[in-house]
Amino acid sequence: MNTLLILPIIVPAITGMLALLARNYPTVQRGLSVLGAIVMFGVGGGLVYQVQSHGILAVQMGNWPAPFGITLVVDYFSAGLVAVSGFVALAVAVYALAGIDETRERFGFHILFHLLIMGINGAFITGDLFNMYVWFEVLLISSFVLLVLGNDREQLDGAVKYVGINLVSSAAFLTAIGLLYGLTGTLNLADLSQSMAPVREAGLGPAIAMLFLIGFGIKAGLFPLYYWLPASYHTPPAPIAAIFAGLLTKVGIYSLIRIFTLLFPNPDGYTQAVLLVVAGATMLLGVFGALVQRHILRLLAFLVISAMGYVVMGLGFLTTLGLAGAIFYVFQDVPVKTTLFLIGGLMERETGTTNISKMGGLYEHRPLLATMFIVPAFSLAGFPPFPGFWGKLTLLQAGVQQEQWVLVAVALVVGLLTLLAVAQVWGRAFWRPKEGELPTMEALNARFLMNGPVGVLALALFVLGCYAEPVFSFAHKAAAHLTDTGPYVQAVLGG
Amino acid sequence: MELIISVVSGVLLAASFYLLMRRNLLRFVIGVIILGNGVNLLIFTMGRLTRAEPPVIPKGQKVLEGAYANPLPQALILTAIVISFGLLAFTLVLVYRNFAANETIQSDEVRGSEPTDTLDVHEESKRLPA
Repeated sequence: MNTLLILPIIVPAITGMLALLARNYPTVQRGLSVLGAIVMFGVGGGLVYQVQSHGILAVQMGNWPAPFGITLVVDYFSAGLVAVSGFVALAVAVYALAGIDETRERFGFHILFHLLIMGINGAFITGDLFNMYVWFEVLLISSFVLLVLGNDREQLDGAVKYVGINLVSSAAFLTAIGLLYGLTGTLNLADLSQSMAPVREAGLGPAIAMLFLIGFGIKAGLFPLYYWLPASYHTPPAPIAAIFAGLLTKVGIYSLIRIFTLLFPNPDGYTQAVLLVVAGATMLLGVFGALVQRHILRLLAFLVISAMGYVVMGLGFLTTLGLAGAIFYVFQDVPVKTTLFLIGGLMERETGTTNISKMGGLYEHRPLLATMFIVPAFSLAGFPPFPGFWGKLTLLQAGVQQEQWVLVAVALVVGLLTLLAVAQVWGRAFWRPKEGELPTMEALNARFLMNGPVGVLALALFVLGCYAEPVFSFAHKAAAHLTDTGPYVQAVLGG
Repeated sequence: MELIISVVSGVLLAASFYLLMRRNLLRFVIGVIILGNGVNLLIFTMGRLTRAEPPVIPKGQKVLEGAYANPLPQALILTAIVISFGLLAFTLVLVYRNFAANETIQSDEVRGSEPTDTLDVHEESKRLPA
């Protein structure tokens, strides 16, 4: 039994519980939080190493043989995501030491943060559909409470929309699970992928696929189900918004890719056409929304949506190259979005306003912040030395291979529009001279705690852009396992 | 029997969609409750209904024989009920807190996180660099 596989769930659970016990000792709690995140990052690295040396790993909980028990599976895709989420969780945990006010800390920020990570990791590594639903609820309830933590009026307003639509999305997911169970009699993903024949015979394949698309599409913020995202993501403090933007949408997209490649590898009917249309519309409308925003975090929230379109485009092609591009894009998008939101928080703090038209002078007075902003911003727009470029290039190659010229054109135009949106932020907030003085600098300690993690994230992204090959070949192997599900099924069911 | 429960489930889902599209947040919450029950009934029906045959292995035997009620959907529903109960409690408190802060349960008026003020483009363009 490979104990490493259960650690991504156990470690945040234990950290969260210890942090709960230490709630009257803020210093201890903070130490535990960072320590737990460090261990999580280590576990993620260990998983990547194990998967590379042993192939797909699976473990049966309680030694009940699959498909009767609950299975945890880690393949290239999920191992990479666990490692990346450990990395950004560590960065956010350090940033939050200075970026979260004392009230929110007292009401359990660190505890909820680790429980959220537990839910995210659980959804990444589970091999069972109903289990995935349960992990989704674990991460949802933690994110609900994180979103309203502090009880600002804005936060409550955003949470009403976020909570409402996520309850509907869970219902859609649960309906799809119920229908699948009734038709096949199993909920184990590997087992399901081999026993989809009754579903095809009943002609319910596209219907169930659409239910999954609605359920996960809401969580991933896809067109036309994305309106809750820019309504809620900008309301909590920057570290919470950063972890939401970095990881929550990625859980939706991960589940979408996992389910569609395992259960609907040869889509019949309209499924694939719907995916391609959704991809194009998500990209376009996300970036159009960003162009007219002046609230820095809302602008970034619209760019989160736009990036999801690229990933769905790779899924829509359903080729190894397209999936490799999508997976690489997800891997780099997690740190990109986290970094952007953390920088957005820093910009608010340095200028004392959320409106980019009223910011200014940041390049003159905070050159380091401006330098750090360039990396994720240009990666988002797809500039060559930055990792976003390689993801987009692969996706475009896959699009050309499939001769999906409209979507390729949309992707190129959206890249340019993204650059325009980012350049607006740059021109208004960084280059324009500031009328009046910037607020005084805070204590050096707090500045270091907040700028340090952002710097590390930006540096990691830059290095990833320059040496993309190892990560890209990793993503390519992940995609190969998604198009050829044989090894996955064999690892879970044995034989 | 299965037909009746399918129809009940469908009626519940239809009623919940009607309520979910109201502008009143309290009705939305009631819609969510009914939606959860409709979905739970659907899972229950998909497990095939067998009356008065509990899945208990008789003494001296090792496996069940003949028809028996499928316990797995019931376990799934139990989990789903517990989860939706927790979420419902949270949602009710959230709507109440929102009412306390905004004094409204009309979802149209809950716009604090999305202000409707328009961009003053002309004012801004004059101040752009270069």
